[in-house]
Amino acid sequence: MRKAPWRIVGLGLLLGLAVRPSAGAPAPQDPGLKDLYFGEALYHAYQGQFFDAIQRLDTELGQYRGLDEPLRDPLHFHVHDAEFSVGDFELDYRMHHKAGRAIKAVLEGAVDESVRNEAAFRLARIHFQKDQLDDAQQALDRIQGTVPPAIKDDLELLKANVAMATGRPADAVRVLKQAHAGDEDAGFTAYNLGIALFQDGRTPDAVDQLDRAGVLAARDDAGLAIRDKSNLVLGAMLFEAGSLGRARQALDRVRLDGPFSNQALLRAGWAEASAGQFDRALVPWSILVNRDPTDPAVQEAILAVPHAYASLNLHGRAALLYGQALQTLGGQIDKVDASIASIRGGRFLEALVREESRQDETWVIRLRSLPGAPETYYLMELMASHDFQTALHNYLDLEDLQDRLGGWKTGLDAFEDLVRLRGRNYEPLLPEVDARFRALDSRMRLRLEQKRHLGERLQALLTAPRPELLATADERVASESLDRMEKSLGRSNRPDVAMLRTRISRLRGVLSYTLRTQYDDRLTAAWTHLNELNVQVEALERTYESFVRARQAATHSYAGYDETIAGLRFRVGAALQRVETLRTQQGRLIEMVALNQLQARREHLVEQQAQARFAVADSYDRAARASSGPEPPPAPAKAEEPH
Amino acid sequence: MAERVHSRRPWGNAPRVLVVALLCGLTGVAGGAEQKPSDKQQMRGLDEQIQEVKSDVLAIAAELSQLEEKLLYPSGTQVAVFIAIASNDTMRLDSVKLTVDGQLAAQSIYTAKELEALRKGGVQRLYVGNVATGDHQIEVLAEGKRDSGADFSRTERFPFRKDVKPKLLALTLGGTGAGNPPITLGEW
Repeated sequence: MRKAPWRIVGLGLLLGLAVRPSAGAPAPQDPGLKDLYFGEALYHAYQGQFFDAIQRLDTELGQYRGLDEPLRDPLHFHVHDAEFSVGDFELDYRMHHKAGRAIKAVLEGAVDESVRNEAAFRLARIHFQKDQLDDAQQALDRIQGTVPPAIKDDLELLKANVAMATGRPADAVRVLKQAHAGDEDAGFTAYNLGIALFQDGRTPDAVDQLDRAGVLAARDDAGLAIRDKSNLVLGAMLFEAGSLGRARQALDRVRLDGPFSNQALLRAGWAEASAGQFDRALVPWSILVNRDPTDPAVQEAILAVPHAYASLNLHGRAALLYGQALQTLGGQIDKVDASIASIRGGRFLEALVREESRQDETWVIRLRSLPGAPETYYLMELMASHDFQTALHNYLDLEDLQDRLGGWKTGLDAFEDLVRLRGRNYEPLLPEVDARFRALDSRMRLRLEQKRHLGERLQALLTAPRPELLATADERVASESLDRMEKSLGRSNRPDVAMLRTRISRLRGVLSYTLRTQYDDRLTAAWTHLNELNVQVEALERTYESFVRARQAATHSYAGYDETIAGLRFRVGAALQRVETLRTQQGRLIEMVALNQLQARREHLVEQQAQARFAVADSYDRAARASSGPEPPPAPAKAEEPH
Repeated sequence: MAERVHSRRPWGNAPRVLVVALLCGLTGVAGGAEQKPSDKQQMRGLDEQIQEVKSDVLAIAAELSQLEEKLLYPSGTQVAVFIAIASNDTMRLDSVKLTVDGQLAAQSIYTAKELEALRKGGVQRLYVGNVATGDHQIEVLAEGKRDSGADFSRTERFPFRKDVKPKLLALTLGGTGAGNPPITLGEW
């Protein structure tokens, strides 16, 4: 039993296409968004700008972790979401290591059971994607207790995937049998269970399961595609087992306009041919040969159709069709050669980095129609593969990083210029400003000291009244005059002097009376005046603080940046060099992989061409002999059979 | 309680099929799209290096953004204006124009992607600039279409006071009502 090269293509593509696309339905806005910068990170992430999203959120989380009182930061309302989100963004930006570290940090922190379980699930998913199966299983083993409802289905699928990948299909079957898929995912779960049963060696159960999956109702394209895929796989299994009739039935259920129709038509033809019914095999193959000749299934049909005619002893017709096949295959080889030349000329990479390619999610398909782009007919499967997609996206990421770093280099020049100009502006001004400020500062401090002293004295008067301290200027002058007069009277006891002394004493009494009777009012007035001064002092302090801030800002606007800018300039330069080197290496690798792929396809086409060439000659011989005598059996299959 | 981001994220697809090479084994497919193991190894080796360089560039970006903020928008004068769309509002926002103290500060015309990001709960930083401490005013003009298809054009003015710390102003567009969508101001 030969393994037919015509099967090379097709099912690999099936696997790629059978992934359910994201629902794409907009989730409602979180009404409780408390941190604007977290919201901003989401804004970038929702647009696929993961670099900006990570940068913003990383900065926010860094600031949050550095706070003495993190509860005062609005991010604390979302901190678990933010930590998961940054891991998600890093994963989407193809930074698995960093994403893993971010999620491990959540896992090891003091968090709720459900948060820890979600973190363990995410960690397991990363390990699984990186083929680190033991680590993935370890992470899954950490999940215990409450699992957030939102991840339940994905967790079951991941458990099944890990079980399959680690050679435990029975465990996968057990998990999938317990899975409660919604209507939307029913087809996927049913298909997955069929595959797990087959892997577990339970082929009859697998056949029954895939048979059920092949008739499930489907509402959308993804559901229809997985149903087609179930039928195609079922048909292939039954075909291998020799149940040609059941294989035909399963293959007939595959839609003619679906993504698996070419493979199904090809296999349906072989099912008929294997039963010796070449005339019936011609029905699906004749449909297939009129489809896109770059499709490998179509190319196989191009050879299978004349093979069927030859088997029906219609050698003249077979010879004619083999001739046409030769032409078609020659045309395809030319196309492959053109693609190879195009890639070697660097046009493949040029096309990949075009802006329109980045904007459009279906760019792989559109690439074929871009003017000046290389032929990518034979690279579609390769380009759909996970590793190649990662490599391509990495290449685009490196392009983006190169642009950013180039921009930053220019930006640093501008910053340096800005700092220099600010320095030139401020440096001559500041000494004079500082000198004036120092003079004003001394005066201000003196006045404030005076005010403080007055306040203290008034405070003292509340407990130990001293009316003379509240005398007016006139009263003080009068009191001093009385002192002087009294002093000038000396110690004389003359009557006129005694009379003067009495008068002075009376006047002093008047003064004293006034001071004592008005003391309370005067004290109140003094407090009022002092408080009125407070308003002025506060305004003065505000101006003072504002000046100090402005003065500091002036210095901060140009001083102390040289080292930072020089350090950044060095790091930007080094990163730019690394990015350029990696980009070149990545580009070369992409080209090399594409070229290897095209070379392999070319070799296969050349092989098919050789078969066709031989078959043309053989068919002409047989046609000639048929016209002159009895017919020997046809030559061994020129179109290779699947068994 | 905020919904987990992963469940509302539009990016990334969770695989819905078992990742097995079973089909290849089952049907004898040699795997046309498969790359050689050495190619795979090289790709993965490069991938590791690219992850490292991405990490470095992100660290540089963070430091540069701090430098930019210190040089261009010091906290004493910084004012930032953010735009969000009210939850469940499905209006089609076409453009927003912002003036600060009568001077045009920013205007934005929204692409489908940006609008979708706003509808999903993202917040756009529309403007970052500098103002002196004291009283100021922003004016916002939002234009677009309501669910009914009717055009709307709404202008609102909001006074605000700038203190010593950075001022963050968040404008939320839309909400209930059939007429012009309201614009509300929140301060952070």
